[in-house]
Amino acid sequence: MRAVLAPEALEAIVEELRRRDWRVVAPTVRDKAIVYDEIASAAELPVGWKDVQAPGSYKLELRDDEARFGYAVGPQSWKRELLAPSVRLLQIERTHGSFKAAEDAAEAKRTAFFGVRPCEVAAIKIQDRVLIGGSFADGDYLARRKNSFVIAVNCGEPAANCFCASMNTGPKAEDGYDLVLTEILDGAHRFLAEAGTGEGAELLAKLPQQPAADADLSAAQKVTDTAREKMGITLDRSDVRDLLLANLEHPRYDDVAGRCLACTNCTLACPTCFCTTVDDANDLSGAGSERTRKWDSCFTAQYSEMHGGGTRRSLQSRYRQWLIHKLATWNDQFDTQGCVGCGRCITWCPVGIDIREEVSAIRATQEAKP
Amino acid sequence: MGPTIAIWKFSSCDGCQLTLLDCEDELLGILGRVQIAYFPEATRAEIEGPWDVSLVEGSVTTPEEAKRIKEIREKSGLVVAIGACATAGGIQALRNWANVKEFASIVYAHPEYLETLETSTPHSDHIDVDLELQGCPISKTQLVDTLLALLSGRRPNVPTSAVCTECKQRQTPCVQVLGTPCLGPVTQAGCGAICPSYARGCYGCFGPKETTNTVSLAKRWSDMGVAEDALLRAFRTFNGYKPAFREESARHG
Repeated sequence: MRAVLAPEALEAIVEELRRRDWRVVAPTVRDKAIVYDEIASAAELPVGWKDVQAPGSYKLELRDDEARFGYAVGPQSWKRELLAPSVRLLQIERTHGSFKAAEDAAEAKRTAFFGVRPCEVAAIKIQDRVLIGGSFADGDYLARRKNSFVIAVNCGEPAANCFCASMNTGPKAEDGYDLVLTEILDGAHRFLAEAGTGEGAELLAKLPQQPAADADLSAAQKVTDTAREKMGITLDRSDVRDLLLANLEHPRYDDVAGRCLACTNCTLACPTCFCTTVDDANDLSGAGSERTRKWDSCFTAQYSEMHGGGTRRSLQSRYRQWLIHKLATWNDQFDTQGCVGCGRCITWCPVGIDIREEVSAIRATQEAKP
Repeated sequence: MGPTIAIWKFSSCDGCQLTLLDCEDELLGILGRVQIAYFPEATRAEIEGPWDVSLVEGSVTTPEEAKRIKEIREKSGLVVAIGACATAGGIQALRNWANVKEFASIVYAHPEYLETLETSTPHSDHIDVDLELQGCPISKTQLVDTLLALLSGRRPNVPTSAVCTECKQRQTPCVQVLGTPCLGPVTQAGCGAICPSYARGCYGCFGPKETTNTVSLAKRWSDMGVAEDALLRAFRTFNGYKPAFREESARHG
C-alpha cells in the first residue's frame, strides 16, 4: 500500500499516534544538534535544518527550503530507546536471615520511532540478532522492541561521513519498517509513503492522502539514487574481513594509537555496539541492594579487567579489538555485518578518526594479501 | 558498633570534607553504621587510633603534614585520599612551578615564621594510598558508594573511564565536536558530565583518566585555534601536578 502525503500530513501522523497514547520519538533540534526526543507535534521536527559533518565536526545550518528530513544522522541513535543507557535489572531484599530477589519486570510503553534512517533500520536488525536472536533473549530489549513502531525515512541528503552505500544498508530501506517515507523536494513538496506491515497500512489509511502516480514513484526513486551516487563507495567491504585478520600486527595500529583518546565516543555513538557492564549497589541499611546495567565500551581499561589486571592495556589493542570486531569477527560471531555505515564514529570522534581511512591505510600497505 | 572512620584535613579548602556533610539524606544513615573518630567540621568528639578507615583531604605542603600523614598511615586500616588536593596536589601545586619564598615574601608580613615545603604533593608521594577519589570537589555519590562498599565488603563503583561516558549516558551531544574545546576525553568520569550539559567544555576538575592521550587532544585543540598559553593553563589547574596533565602542560610552556 502506498500513497502521497502533503507535508501537513506529518502532523496527522503525530496526532494519530498520540491519540493512541503512544510515545512519539523523533529528530528534533536541541543543544545545537539534531537529537532524538519525544515530540508532541510535527512542528518540533528540524524543519529547514541541515547538518554539515566532517571527521570530528558537526554543525547545523539553515536550508533554503522547508524540508522535514533534510539532514543525516545525529549524535544519538535508536539504541537509546531499545538498549537503554541505564536499566535496573534486579533488586534484592534481605529478610529474616534469608533474601528475596526480584527481577524488574521488563515493561515498555508503545513507542513510535519517527524518522528512522535506512542505516538505522539495519542497525536495529543487527541488534535484534545480537540481543534477542540467540538462545538467550535480553528481556528489557525484547519488551522495548516489541512495543516499537518504526516509521523509516529514506535518505536524500547523506552527510560527508555517511557510507551506507558501501555497507549496503541504504540510502533506501528495503524492509524492517512499519511505514517508510521518501521526502520529495523536486516540484511540489510531498512524501511518498509505503507501508511495510499491516499496522503501517492501517496508519497510512487514516492519513489525508493522494494516490501515488508513476511520476511520484520515479521522483522518490531519484531521491535515493542521487543520494547513493553522492556517497559513492568509500569502504570496500568485499575483502575487509580477511584483510584485517591477515594484518593483525599492522603498523597502522601504532599510528592510530597516537590519535585515539580511548574516550569511548565511537562505541557509544555506534548504533550496533552493544557492550554493557553491571554495577551492584546497596542501600544504607545493608538490607537492600540492586543491580544496574549501563552502557560500556571496549575502549575502557576496566572493560577487560579480570583477575591479574586488564587484557587490553594499550591503545593499539583497544582500537584493533573494536575495528576487527566491527568489520570482521562480528560476521563470524553473529552472521551479520557489524557496521551499517552511518558515520557516527567518524563525526563524533573528538579527534576525527575515520574508520574508512584506517581501513584504506591498512589496505594500502598490507603485510600480507588476504 | 560500626568501624571507626577518621576524616583528616591537610592543605585544602575543606570542600571535600563538607561533601560528607552535604550528604544530608544519607548522612544519618551513614552515622548510624560507623563511629566518627575524628571530624572537626562536624564534632569535637575524638576516638583515639588505630582507625579502620581514614579519609584524607588536602595536600602535603609543610614538614608537619609530611610527618602527620605517615603517622595516620601507620594507625589506619585503609587510607582513602579524597579530592584533587589529596590525589594530585591541588590548585596550590601551582607553587611547584614557582618560587615559594618569593610568594611568601609578597603575601606575609613576616615570612620567616613560615615553615613550608617547596612543593604541594599528593599523599601517594608520601605513603601507600588504598583508594583515591578524584575531583575538585569529589562526587557525593562516589563518596557514599565508597563508604557503603567499605561497610559491605564490596568493591566501590569508581569508574576510571572518560567523562565522555557520562555525556553519552545523559545523551549530551559532544561539545568538542560542536566546536567547544573540552577536556572530557582525557578526564576521569565521576562528576556526571555537568559542564558539557550546560554546553561548556570540561575543564578537567576530576583529573586524568586511565590511559590519557593528552598529546592527541592538545593537537586537536591547537587545530581548533587554542593558543599555546591557553593549552598550558588548561592542563595546569586543580590537577595540574598529576603526571599526565603535568607532562602535557610542560609541552606548552
